[in-house]
Amino acid sequence: MQVTSSVRKPLITGGKTVHDVTEDICKQVEGKPGKLWLMAFGISAVTLAIGLIAVVMTLWEGIGMWGLNKTVGWAWDITNFVWWVGIGHAGTLISAVLLLFRQKWRMAINRAAEAMTIFAVICAAQFPILHMGRPWLGAYWALPLPNTFGSLWVNFNSPLLWDVFAISTYFSVSLVFWYLGLVPDFATIRDRASGIRKVIYGALSLGWDGAARTWSRYESVSLILAGLATPLVLSVHTIVSFDFATSVIPGWHTTIFPPYFVAGAIFSGFAMVLTLMLVTRQVFKLHDYITIEHIELMNIVIIVTGSIVGIAYITEFFIAWYSGVPAEQYAFYNRMQGPYWWAYWSMMTCNVISPHLFWIKKIRTSIAATFILSIIVNIGMWFERFVIIVTSLHRDYLPSSWAMFYPTIYDVGVYLFTFGLFFSAFFLFAKFFPVINMAEVKSIIKSSSESIEEKTAES
Amino acid sequence: MSDTKNYILGVFDDEDVLLKAVGQMRSAGVKIHEVYSPFPVHGLDEELGYKKSRLPIAAFMFGVLGTTLALVMQIWMLGIDWPMIIGGKNFVALPDFVPVTFELTVLLAAFGMVGTFLVSSDLKPWKKANLLDIRITDDRHIMAIDLAKNKAIDSGEITKALKSSGATEVNDKKVEA
Repeated sequence: MQVTSSVRKPLITGGKTVHDVTEDICKQVEGKPGKLWLMAFGISAVTLAIGLIAVVMTLWEGIGMWGLNKTVGWAWDITNFVWWVGIGHAGTLISAVLLLFRQKWRMAINRAAEAMTIFAVICAAQFPILHMGRPWLGAYWALPLPNTFGSLWVNFNSPLLWDVFAISTYFSVSLVFWYLGLVPDFATIRDRASGIRKVIYGALSLGWDGAARTWSRYESVSLILAGLATPLVLSVHTIVSFDFATSVIPGWHTTIFPPYFVAGAIFSGFAMVLTLMLVTRQVFKLHDYITIEHIELMNIVIIVTGSIVGIAYITEFFIAWYSGVPAEQYAFYNRMQGPYWWAYWSMMTCNVISPHLFWIKKIRTSIAATFILSIIVNIGMWFERFVIIVTSLHRDYLPSSWAMFYPTIYDVGVYLFTFGLFFSAFFLFAKFFPVINMAEVKSIIKSSSESIEEKTAES
Repeated sequence: MSDTKNYILGVFDDEDVLLKAVGQMRSAGVKIHEVYSPFPVHGLDEELGYKKSRLPIAAFMFGVLGTTLALVMQIWMLGIDWPMIIGGKNFVALPDFVPVTFELTVLLAAFGMVGTFLVSSDLKPWKKANLLDIRITDDRHIMAIDLAKNKAIDSGEITKALKSSGATEVNDKKVEA
């Protein structure tokens, strides 16, 4: 028996029945694409095409097309990589960690958040792959493959190699988790469809028939996968932070990096989920499934993770001062007062100050404010990575080699390419796949729907 | 013996009623073939008397396999096949091997478990789902009772028991095996 608490707000409004859920979600998949969708997808596809020019030029001419120089050998590429990987943390966090904590509000948003994770990780992967210069040889540098270099193996002591394993494991496990969740919903679409659609969704649904025995196994698989994905999601950004933390560059060489990066990743990931969900909710009219309650809860997660990030920034400064190491102290002084002060203060404003606006209930339950702040947070998180990477490098050990980093049009183009890729993929997903996990939402209709509350009140 | 199977289908529209009905039917001595639902119903497997899934054990075994393979691979490659001094570390610098070992453990555990699940539940892309009722994937729970396995009880009795336990409708269904 499930007990409805009068303290908790209903997670599904509008008095939906189980059949309504099928209708509302399948309608989006079955109908012809709307004008808004066509426009949004068109813009994304054009962005992808323009960005592709920069990618082709980078591959053809080499990474000299980018603004990197001898001093700043890592800049936008790795900034964008870490930014996208960070964004890719919310999906699995929502579906795995919140599943372990039995947070039922995850059910309306987990599908889209997981899709976002997968696309964000694909975007992230573009940067290290392109930075290889000759990515067609990259498999030998990144994977332990038998080769003719004497079998000189990959270096398992290197955090960059750990990253290869972490990101590819994260990607493939997230993909499986997401697909497994989609199977029962594909079956629902299959049983409403005809013709070619029935064949395609039929193949995707793997012959799902909803038997209790299968559901029982399915539930146990989901739980174990969530248990596996939880340490996995924490390990991925920890290992990304090792790329910096294990080096001896002042400003990177800090033990605080793993938890600080993970908190930042959840922070930016939730912000991106909010940006996308608010748009999806509007375009597909999902107001009864993604309620103000959902938005408010996500905003609370943003306050928490934003505060952790803020404390991490302050701790870094304190430790730099307290260490008594002049190089370390200068690195942090230079961040705040050096030529990149504007990047530093943009980061501080966007990440440390803006999320605290959500303490005000009116702001955290306002759609417009949430939308704007979610974008501000992601701008701030981009600057965080830029500040950490570029300001730590640009004034290195010899003042004679101090330099600035200026992005070229190709840096911008490759970044645009990943935006085009991300949004094209997301819009295709939103049109052809069920954006809300129907099976899971149906299972909470009885306990968390408005109509039930009314019934209880009447009796 | 013909290849046709005769089922009585009890249609339910509420999971709590269904849970109670499963208990009632089972205590009346009816053997339930299977229950089909549009969403997971908690406690249904226990009511039906299904054993707990052994998939977690499979996951653990695959995980152990992943750990072993990862350690053997790294120790053999950097320690035996082509030892190299990297940053003055030992050839077999075990702490450095932790991240890759962890990732491969998770990877093999996850893929192994999901693979086992797909095989044990017979889920595959080219399989045709033979639904006893098209509403299973929409909003109805179907309790299927195989008449061949319940010869001791009159089919009229089963229908009556289903109705009284809360089924909104009771249908007969013939399936060509």
